[in-house]
Order: sequence, then C-alpha cells, then structure tokens
Amino acid sequence: MPMRSSEVIVIGGGVNGLACAARLAAKGRKVTLLEAGAAVGGGAGEREFAPGYRAPALAHLTQGLDARVVEGMALERHGLAFHPALATTVLSGAAEPLLVRGGKTSGPDTAAWEALHRKLSGFARVLAPFRQMRPVRLAGENRLFGLARQGLGIRGLGRGDFRELLRMVLINVHDVAEDELTDDRLKGLLAFDATLGAWLGPRSPNSLILYLDRLARGADPLLPKGGMGALATALGRAAEAAGVKVRTGAQVERVLVEGDRAVGVRLAGGEEMRAGLVVSAMNPRTTFQKLAGAAALDAGFFKAVGHIRARGAAAKLHLALRGAPEFRGADPRSRIVITPSSEAVESAFNPVKYGEVPGAPVMEAILPSAHEPGLAPEGHHVLSAIVQYAPHAPKAGLEAARAEMLENTLKVLEAQSPGLRGLIVHAELLMPQDIEARFGMVGGNWHHGELAVEQMLFNRPTFAAAQYATPLPGLWLAGAGSHPGGGIDGAAGWNAAQAILEAKA
Amino acid sequence: MTALTHFRTPLLQTPFHARTAAANVLNRWGPWGGYMTALCFGDADMEYTAIRNGASVYDLCPMVKYRITGRDAAGYLNRLTLRDAGRLSVGGVQYTGWTDDDGKLLDDGTLFRHGPEDYLICCQERHLPWFLASAEGFEVEVAEVTEEIAALSLQGPCSATVLQAAGFDVFALKPFRMARFPFAGGEITVSRTGFTGDLGYELWMEPGQALPLWDHLMQAGAPWGIRPIGTDALNLARIEAGFIIANMDFIPAHQALREDRARSPLELGLGWMIDWDKGPFTGRRALLAEKEKGSDWVLVGLDIPGNVSAEGSILYYDKRAEAGIVTAAAWSPALKANVAIAQVKARHATGENLWVEIYALRELQYAKLMVPVTVAERPFFNPARKRATPPGRV
Ligand SMILES: Cc1cc2nc3c(=O)[nH]c(=O)nc-3n(C[C@H](O)[C@H](O)[C@H](O)COP(=O)(O)OP(=O)(O)OC[C@H]3O[C@@H](n4cnc5c(N)ncnc54)[C@H](O)[C@@H]3O)c2cc1C
Repeated sequence: MPMRSSEVIVIGGGVNGLACAARLAAKGRKVTLLEAGAAVGGGAGEREFAPGYRAPALAHLTQGLDARVVEGMALERHGLAFHPALATTVLSGAAEPLLVRGGKTSGPDTAAWEALHRKLSGFARVLAPFRQMRPVRLAGENRLFGLARQGLGIRGLGRGDFRELLRMVLINVHDVAEDELTDDRLKGLLAFDATLGAWLGPRSPNSLILYLDRLARGADPLLPKGGMGALATALGRAAEAAGVKVRTGAQVERVLVEGDRAVGVRLAGGEEMRAGLVVSAMNPRTTFQKLAGAAALDAGFFKAVGHIRARGAAAKLHLALRGAPEFRGADPRSRIVITPSSEAVESAFNPVKYGEVPGAPVMEAILPSAHEPGLAPEGHHVLSAIVQYAPHAPKAGLEAARAEMLENTLKVLEAQSPGLRGLIVHAELLMPQDIEARFGMVGGNWHHGELAVEQMLFNRPTFAAAQYATPLPGLWLAGAGSHPGGGIDGAAGWNAAQAILEAKA
Repeated sequence: MTALTHFRTPLLQTPFHARTAAANVLNRWGPWGGYMTALCFGDADMEYTAIRNGASVYDLCPMVKYRITGRDAAGYLNRLTLRDAGRLSVGGVQYTGWTDDDGKLLDDGTLFRHGPEDYLICCQERHLPWFLASAEGFEVEVAEVTEEIAALSLQGPCSATVLQAAGFDVFALKPFRMARFPFAGGEITVSRTGFTGDLGYELWMEPGQALPLWDHLMQAGAPWGIRPIGTDALNLARIEAGFIIANMDFIPAHQALREDRARSPLELGLGWMIDWDKGPFTGRRALLAEKEKGSDWVLVGLDIPGNVSAEGSILYYDKRAEAGIVTAAAWSPALKANVAIAQVKARHATGENLWVEIYALRELQYAKLMVPVTVAERPFFNPARKRATPPGRV
C-alpha cells in the first residue's frame, strides 16, 4: 500500500541531504535520513588519517553555505561558526609571494585586479539568484519567454554592463587573464580558482562562468571553527532538531518500485523501509543505474543518465608533519595557492586528457592545524591540499599513477617550502578513483557530475530530471548532481525541498 | 590503401536475386533497406490477382531483423515494446510496436519467439542504437541478423495447399504460430504471418537454402499459378488489409526532423497493442498521460466516392479547414471501392463533414475534385480464410 507523501526518506547525509531533510521536516514532513557512513557530512567530514592526526575528509574550505540553509536551520545556534575569511598567498616559482584578499592585493596589477574583481563580482551578483531557483525547462518555443523573462532580471545591470556580461559569460578564463592582467601570479590565481573542481583547463571554453559561480557564493573561502567535522556535526544536530530521524551506517541498496512509483528503499542488510517519497541526495547516476534500475525507467532517460559526464581531476593530499612548514614567509593561516601562471595551470591539465600525471601540478593547500591546534599532536601539523590535475582514468593504473602524482606533488611543495619533505610523518593522496570508492562521487567528480555549461540549469543532471523531480513518480533528486551543483553549500538540497513542498502531494 | 568499390553497387542483392532477376522482365527495381527489390515483375494486375486468387511469392530478405537472446530477453522486450512479450508462447508471433520516452512510435514489426530466451524482431527501419541503449541494465544480447536469414513470403488462398504439395504440411498451423520443417538436409521455419490480410505464410531459412527452396516452391506451386510479385502489387494488398508502414503512414520518431510530426501508437490506431498492466515500459508514462488528456491525431480508414486514388491528398473539414492527410490510397479491386488510410486531427475522428481534395491528372490537365468521405473500418478487406484453421484445401 503506498504511503502518504508526508513520509519521506532522504538518501545520503551530505550537506545537501541534511539541508533538504531539515527543510522538509521543518515543514511538517516525517523525514528519515539514511546515511551509509558512520557519521553525516559526506564530503564535509573529518578523518584521522594517521594516528593522532585529523584532516578534513575531502572538502577543506567552503566558499560559503547557502544563506537560506544557515538561517533556516539556525546553524549558528547548533554550533556553526567560521574563522575570519582566509586570505590567499600565491606562490609562483621564484617570484615574491603575493597576498590577495578579495579585490585587494599589491604589485603592478593592484588597480587592474581591483577593477576586474569589481566587474566580475557585479556579474556574479546578477547570476547569484539563479542558484536559488528551480531551473526553467526549455520545451517548445513559448517557454523561451520564461527564460527571457528571467534574463530580464539581468537587465538591471544597465546596457553597457549587460553587453559586457554577454561578451564574457561563455568566455575562457585564460583570455580574461590575458586581457585584464599582467602579473603571472594573479593570472595563475584566476586560472586556478576558476578551474578548481572542474574538468577544464583555463583555456577550455566556458571556464570563466565557473569563477563567476564561485564569486556568487563569496569572495574568500571560509574555514569552520573546529574544522570541517564541526560543520558536519552542526548540520546533523540542526537536522535532528528540526525533527529528522538520522540513521547512519544505513547503506541504501535499492529503491523499491511498485505500481510505477518509488515506495521505499531496501538497505544493504535486507531491511526494507517504506515512504511516500524517496529523495536521493547522493550521486544521480548511481541513483538511477544502481538503486532504481533500468526496468523502472524509460530507455532514453536511462541512456541519458549514463551519459552524464563525470570526470574528476582533483586529488586530495593529507600530510602529517612533525613541525610547522614554512612557505617562504607566507602566513600559515592563509590559503596557499601554488600556481606559477595561467599557462602552468593549462599545462597541468593537458596530461589528464591522455590519462597521464602532470609533472608540475598546481594546488591549494591549507594548514588546518594552524587554525585548530587540536588536529595534530603538540607542535605537529596537518597539511591539506587539493591538487590538480589528477587523471580519473590513469593509463598507468591507479597504484603507479598515485605514486607518481604524490611524488610530483611533493616536489612542487618542496620547491616552495624547502625541508618540508623531511617533516613528513605520513602522507596520503586520494586519486579521483579513490574518491569515487570512498565518497561515492562518480569519476571522483567534485560536483557529482561535471559542472560545465552543457550540464547546468535545465540540463543538470539531465534534461528530464532537471527540476529535482525524476520521471519515476515518488523519486526526487537533491544532491550536488542537481542544479546549482556542488561544494559545501546546500543550495541543491534546499531547492529540492522547496520543489517537493510546492509539488502536488 | 584499400581500393573502395562499394559505390559501384550501392544496392545489395538478396539471396533470391538470381531468380528474381531472371523473372523481372521489366527490370523494375527499387531500393528497400539497402537492397534491390522488385517493384513489378511484368504485370502488377496479375501479381495482385495471384495474392487474392492463387499463390504469390515475395522476397522479404531486406526486412530488418534483430535477434534478442539471453536470460532477460523477455524482460528486455517487455520494457522495449508495447505488448507483453513474456506471455507470447514459444512458437508464437506477435505484431507489436515500440516508442521513445515521449510515447511516440519508432516502428512496428513482428516478434517471433523461438525459445524461452530467444526472440527475433522483424521490422522496416533500423534500430540497433536504440535496441542497444535499451539493453543497458539487462542481461541480453542484441544482434542484427538481417543478412543471416533469408525470407520469402507465400501469400494467397492457395498458399497452404501449395506448401502441402511442397511437402510442408501447415494445415494445423494457426495464425501467428510457426513450425519447423526439414528441407534439403537442413530445416526451415514457416510462420502463418503476412502483410496481405489474406491466408499466407512466411518462410525463414539460411541464405544458402534460398535458391533451392525457390525452385522447389515454384515447381510445386505451378498448378496453382504461383508467381513472384513486386512491391506495387503487395502495396495494394496491404492497403486493402489496412496495414501501415513506417515512413509512408507515419514518420518514426527518431527520423522526424520536425517536433510535431511524431505520432503515438494511440494516434495510429495501435492503442490496442498497449499492455498497461504488464509493468513499466519505455513511453508508458507519456502514453498514460496522453490517454488521460486525449490524443491530437487519429488514424482512420476512409471510403471515397469515385475511382480516383486520393493518395497524398489533403482532407478538409467543411471543405475549408485543413483536417488531415491521406497517407495511402487505392482503388481496391477486391472490394470495388476507393479506399484510403489517413491521419486526421482527433476531433474529426467521426469523419463528419470531411472532404478530400483530389487532383486528378487527365492528359496534362488537373481536374480538381472535392468529394465527401466516410470513415470505414479497417481492415477494409477481411476474408474468413485469413483466420480459418485448417485453411481450405484448393
Ligand atoms: C578532492 C575534492 C576536494 C573538494 N574540496 C572541496 C572544498 O574544499 N570546498 C568545497 O566546498 N567543496 C569541495 N569539494 C566538493 C564537495 O565535497 C562536494 O561537492 C559536496 O560534498 C557535495 O555535497 P552533497 O551533499 O551533494 O554530496 P556528498 O557530500 O557526497 O554526500 C553524499 C552522501 O551520501 C552518502 N551515500 C552515498 N551512497 C549512499 C547509499 N547508497 N546509501 C546511503 N547513503 C549514501 C555518502 O556517504 C555521503 O555522505 C571537493 C571535492 C573533491 C572531490
């Protein structure tokens, strides 16, 4: 017997699953959240990767949580607080380290950077509302008016700026860097930040829009007080306070379908649970291919799901260090970005197209233990870095590629922090395949499906499931694979809850 | 570099070509699915007469064929097609269709069940990419076997008798059933199926058996006036039988360039095929929604006064508002009637105040006729002998 849609199962306790579940529960739905892992958080967890050393499981900074989530879940009341936004130190070969904070920096491009930052932030502001909307669907000519009307909101920009936005919105970030800047350090930073988490190089078409999307969330990255683990804990507590029943260690194996409707789930142990609605806040491809299965879905849709592009190129490095590393005088509490130039970012991207490891990867490193001394033994430190680009399908095989990637990464680090290698007690590098295995992100992709123009808005994750509802009645999507994509953010989960609440029961 | 010569023979020849070419005194050929196919051997009227009064053979080899095998074969076909392939018993044949996610028809065809996990689909158009995409998540193998199977259609009131004379006793065979018979050291399959709406059979064999079987049948069938027929005669028979053909009476959804040209099975008179209770299948949700909301189009049979074929003509409501198009039409010798198949907007399903505008070309001048039509039931021609088991001996 189908249950009422007031009873909801949410699969996956990442930031999106928690946000979605909390919002539904706050609106009176009876929500059970099932998380496969031992704790909630997903990409936003914390892990002891060597005895006595704790590091962010995957994500180590956030560009800012969705404001609706922070407020709606009263996260501050549940213990969420942030350190002051991190400044960035750019390390570029032998050049002087450069400190950047928002639009402020020094050196020959001081004015140019400020102007560029102001212009792009202006564009980001008009694009930001899209993040909180359910994408319009393009079908038949008349619907174009809907999109045009949304577009009209952009006209608030004024004619000249609007034209400039249209010129730039699909451009590649390398061209922008070349047009507007002269300092390789800033060009390198712009290129790095635009392509962080993407399977794109700075010269790939449409790379600037990812930077605008980043700015739409916030200018500088944030580190939660207590670390990423504390953020996950706060989200979990807030969800429970809203009435969500959270079950960890509950791996969903199957979505149960009866009478052409999702009616519940089966857990790995065989236990079956029924609900009026099933909301998947895990990977969309896995949701359809493994949990729902082909028989319950139309062939064209199932094929489209298999074609969701999901190549990951970000590797994650964790170092346990017996002392404080020294990055050429950089503030140990800043975000350290090692990126010699935009060309260097592009060169690091080239090899992964052929399944190879770059000789000189680019990266973003932080020292969480400089903010939270408890993460490592007294006097010791933890370094967390996101290293690009790592091949998602290494030609040499995973083991060999991982070893090569680690070696090349340490070489780059050692060049900017002489003596660092001598401090290493333990090193761990997660390749995209490791990340897929551990976090369920298909291809190891940051966004649970590449965030690229052709997989945005009404094409995210795929046309027929772009509005959080799926073709299978009773099954919804709420994870990063849906609009507006991933990051420690929660917008997708909140939007999904909104769509569910607005739907006819 | 390899010398490329394929362009010198753009059309393939079927395994029967040596015989069909010898019989084709007019040299009238047309393309069909990449093969040369005879349009008429010498006299289309005599060929049509063989279908309705004697025995006719038609080279079916260009028909596209797919073999579906494996543990999930029945489940796969249930997801792919409109009818319940699991309930088709071994040795049975089903006339069926399949749609895209939007419930628009991709093709119709016949499904043969050779074993619990062994099916054959025969159809007009090629569908391998779609069939393979549909196989994701199922334990099946899909293979195109068009070139591996030769097929000959034997149709007409004398066809059972001719087969018996040839040593294949098919009198017990019911419509949409098949049986295997030994032939020339091997075996052939005979199914009681066809595209003429008459008593008839289709013979399936290995390509190497094609010529011996042709010779054998022509010899055994001589007393009943057996003769090869071309597509022209067959087309007349199929119109009388009310059958539709892809790219003539509907545009397969994957080929339609214009979004509004695709049609659903409900709009093409194939709604009876849809098994709503067998479980999910591709297009079901869209078709269910269409059923609830109503279709935009309907396929109808028409009876038209006079004797000028209305092929390709436009239909008008009240002589003024465009209401649809005639997709196939012919003067039916069997019925002595001017019949047509047409797509009309759903609100004109009854045919009330519906007119057809026919341009009759008479010695380099068009006569424009505007005549009222009436909706007629399909099949237009539906003889009892088509179904009778055992069929009459002649
Ligand atoms: C190397 C790397 C570094 C990153 N760094 C950052 C960063 O610094 N800042 C940032 O903002 N973003 C970062 N990201 C991206 C970020 O981690 C993700 O976009 C984010 O975690 C997505 O959130 P989510 O809730 O949609 O999915 P997830 O966080 O992946 O959560 C999904 C949850 O579902 C659970 N689950 C999966 N399958 C099942 C199942 N069958 N049954 C039950 N539960 C299941 C998982 O255990 C998981 O908890 C990084 C990504 C990568 C790959």
